[in-house]
Parts: sequence; C-alpha cells; structure tokens
Amino acid sequence: MTGDTSALQLVLTGDPGLYAIVWLSLLVSLSAVACAAVIGVPLGALIALTRFPGREAIIVVLNALMGLPPVVAGLAIYLLLSRSGPLGSWGLLFTPAAMIIAQTVLVTPIIAALTRQTVEDLWLEYRDELAALDVGPIGRIATLIWDARFSLVTALLAGFGRAAAEVGAIMVVGGNINNFTRTMTTSIALETSKGDLPLAIGLGIILIMIIVMINALAWTARRAGERYAG
Amino acid sequence: MLNRRTLLTAALLSASIAFAPSAFAQDKSIIVASTTSTQDSGLFEYLLPLFKTKTGITVKVISQGTGQALDTGRRGDADVVFVHAKSAEEKFLSEGFGVKRHPVMYNDFVLIGPKSDPAGIKGGKDVAKALVAIKDKNASFISRGDKSGTHAAELALWKASNVDVEKETGGWYKAIGQGMGAALNTAGSSNAYVLSDRGSWINFKNKGDLGILVEGDKRMFNQYGVTLVNPAKHANVKKDLGQSFIDYLISPEGQKAIGDYKINGEQLFYPNAEDTGA
Repeated sequence: MTGDTSALQLVLTGDPGLYAIVWLSLLVSLSAVACAAVIGVPLGALIALTRFPGREAIIVVLNALMGLPPVVAGLAIYLLLSRSGPLGSWGLLFTPAAMIIAQTVLVTPIIAALTRQTVEDLWLEYRDELAALDVGPIGRIATLIWDARFSLVTALLAGFGRAAAEVGAIMVVGGNINNFTRTMTTSIALETSKGDLPLAIGLGIILIMIIVMINALAWTARRAGERYAG
Repeated sequence: MLNRRTLLTAALLSASIAFAPSAFAQDKSIIVASTTSTQDSGLFEYLLPLFKTKTGITVKVISQGTGQALDTGRRGDADVVFVHAKSAEEKFLSEGFGVKRHPVMYNDFVLIGPKSDPAGIKGGKDVAKALVAIKDKNASFISRGDKSGTHAAELALWKASNVDVEKETGGWYKAIGQGMGAALNTAGSSNAYVLSDRGSWINFKNKGDLGILVEGDKRMFNQYGVTLVNPAKHANVKKDLGQSFIDYLISPEGQKAIGDYKINGEQLFYPNAEDTGA
C-alpha cells in the first residue's frame, strides 16, 4: 500500500496487500475469541454455580479486568515472550501467534464475566428443576451453557469487538511488520503517522464495515438457531 | 446451522494457520529493529524488496524510536539494529550488545514550523539562534520526547542554544512521547515548531500549513548506522543472515540503491559507508 492511493481504490482494485491485512486481522481476532471462549465460558459458568470463599472478590476482579488496558496486556505478554523473558525460547515474539495470545488475555475476562452473569441469571430459573432431576455439577454447567447459548453469542461478540478494535497490545507484541504482523488497526496507526489521513480513515471505514458484517452474520445465525431450537 | 463441532474445527483450523507462518518464516528471515524515520520515509518499502530478490532473505522491520530499538536489541528480540544516534549506538557496543557498528548513510534534520512563523526564524542558517527565538517568543514547540534519535538530536541542539528545556516542559515546550509522524501531525494542528529528519518530512502527506524554516546548519547532520546484535549475548541471533543484510547495505550495490531512492525527484538519504569515522 504505497503511493497516492485511496482506501476505496484499494478495495475496488482488489489490492492484495489490503486483503492480506484484512485476513490477518480476522484470523488473529477470531482465533483469540475462539481461545478465550474455550477458557472463558466454562470458567464463567463454574464461578456462577459454585460457592467458595473469595468468590465475590474474584467476580469483582473479573469484571474489572474487562477494562484491562490493551497496552498493559501487550507489555506483559511482551516481557513473557521476549528472548530475555521466561518463554523467550519459544520464539513467538513478533509473530501472529503472540498477537493471538495477547488478545486472548484481553478477551477472556469479557467472555468469562458476561458468561457468569448470564448463567447465574438462568440458574435462578432452573435451580429447582435441576435439583429435582438430581443433575450433578458438571451436568448443571453443561445444561446451563447449552440453554444460554444464544445469549452467550452476545458475550462472544463483545469479545470480538474488543479484539478487532484494539491496537495497543498487537502493536507491542506483533511489531506491525509489513506482510507479516500488520493488521487493520496497526495499518491505520501507521498511515496516521505518515500523515496520510484519508487512507487511514478509509481503512477505518473498511474495518467498521467488516465488524458490522461479522455481527450481522452472528445475528442471522442466532436467529436461525433459535427458530430451529424452537 | 453451525454446530459446535464445526465451530470448534474452524477455530482450531484458524489457530493452526495463524501459527504456521511463524514456523515457516523461521528459515530465511531476520528481524531488524529500526527507527520510525526509516519506515515513515518509505526507504524500507523500496530497499527491502531489492535485498530479498538478491538474497531470498525476508527482512521483518520493527519500527521504533532509536532508544527503544536498541533496547529491543539488548533483549535479544532483534538480529540487527539500524538507528541514528551515534552516542547511544556506541554505548550499546560498549555494553557488549553489538558486534560492530557500520555507518550507512546520512541526511539532515530540518526545523519545521507554521507559515505564520510567530518566532520569525524563516530562512535562518543558525539553528541555535532560531531555537532561542522560539523560546523568547514562547512559541509552541513539539518535542518527540520518546528517546528516539531525533529526540536526542533535538536535545543536543537545545543544549547548544543554552536553553534548559527540562524546566520549560508543559508550557510552550510540549513533549508528546510519540513518533515523527505523530509529532508532525501535532505541530500541524497546533501551529507549532518541530524538528524532523528530512526523509520523514518529504514523505509526510499531511503538511498543511507547515514548511521548512531552518536548514543547512552543520549541527543538524543526521548519521545512520547499522549493528549486528551480539550472538555471544543472545544465541538466537541469526548472525549469518543479519550479517548479509549489513554487508548489502554497505556494499557498492546497496549504497547505490540508497542514493537512488527519491520522492518527487528529491533524494532522501546520502550513502556514506566508506566514511568509517561517521
């Protein structure tokens, strides 16, 4: 993406650089949401259904971590993955994998906190029924997650929104390397720093359209799912 | 309708694709920590494809301020550092983090300001005099404030002007702690003066009301040097590939390519690898 081009031209001419950047952005953010869902949904449900000392404190911390500043998460992962850090030998710093890890750290608290609230609300409705049927703890968690699945889509979308919008963490751990770790948000930051504000805002509009499309797809899938589940 | 298994498969597939490039880019690629000026000036977008065609080596550039780029080298997270602050580079070498510093090219810094020029410095040749005028008029000045090479050069120029900017921070002197482009954007939108390297300035697209007001003072010289990170400190450093990049930059072919890089007919960098004292 060089020279005097506009974002619209890049889209219309099918600029391969632009498509690679869009693809990487989606790959990183969707992978992070997938990893965060695998961790966050069961974790949130577990906290919702169990009682133990310090539970309230954990809920407060989890809710607070929804506001974890991306640059702080990025810096922590950077120090962990740096060659001078404990996981330096993995050689992951400045790769897409490092970006997925950083965004997973950002998204997991959002998914876990929203899942906890959703499942806890549902639990109040289901408690007597599940107790009467003598369902064990794992069975309860599975039942409630399954029955809350359509509401949980919103939690996943909130997580995706966070991941797709952030630039602080992936800039630090990915390094904004051309053709390798450059995403929509880091490109926008770069074009802004080059003073090419029209291209930067054009890329911003493309990013917003992609996020709207993903949300529309999720909404359609949810509606279709609800109809089948009837 | 998507079922859970499809979703899970898609998630795992996408994760494995994400990890794959890092695995295969291991073969022939190096990480170069460099300055915002080499990136914002567009030099790398022009030079790296030439190097790749010749050697097959992919150069991954992390663009940071000079201070941060040297720290990236210190941590072992880059194979080569390509920066512009000789004293900081020599410190890096004396700490044992670098193998040998090679001068590559130079350009110069220029003092940028609004056309209205409230400090009345336009056309001057003495940068110290111009800076004193800016301070005396309380005219806004934007400092990088990010320990970059340009920031170091700016502080040296203030010192030469006998102005203690530490004391002035917060008033007319604003340190923004960001890269060159951000500093130029800020200066443009607040009618302020700013020091820039010439390359970033020429390639900057949001010039607006800004222009070069003072240039040509020999104290505004800007030398770039390249150093291989010491493999004795960090065993993961790809010394052969990193050294090929350095060898290319200082070879007659690389030097010619650097000199040939122009924007609108204007040359941005002047190769001087043969000047070993630079």
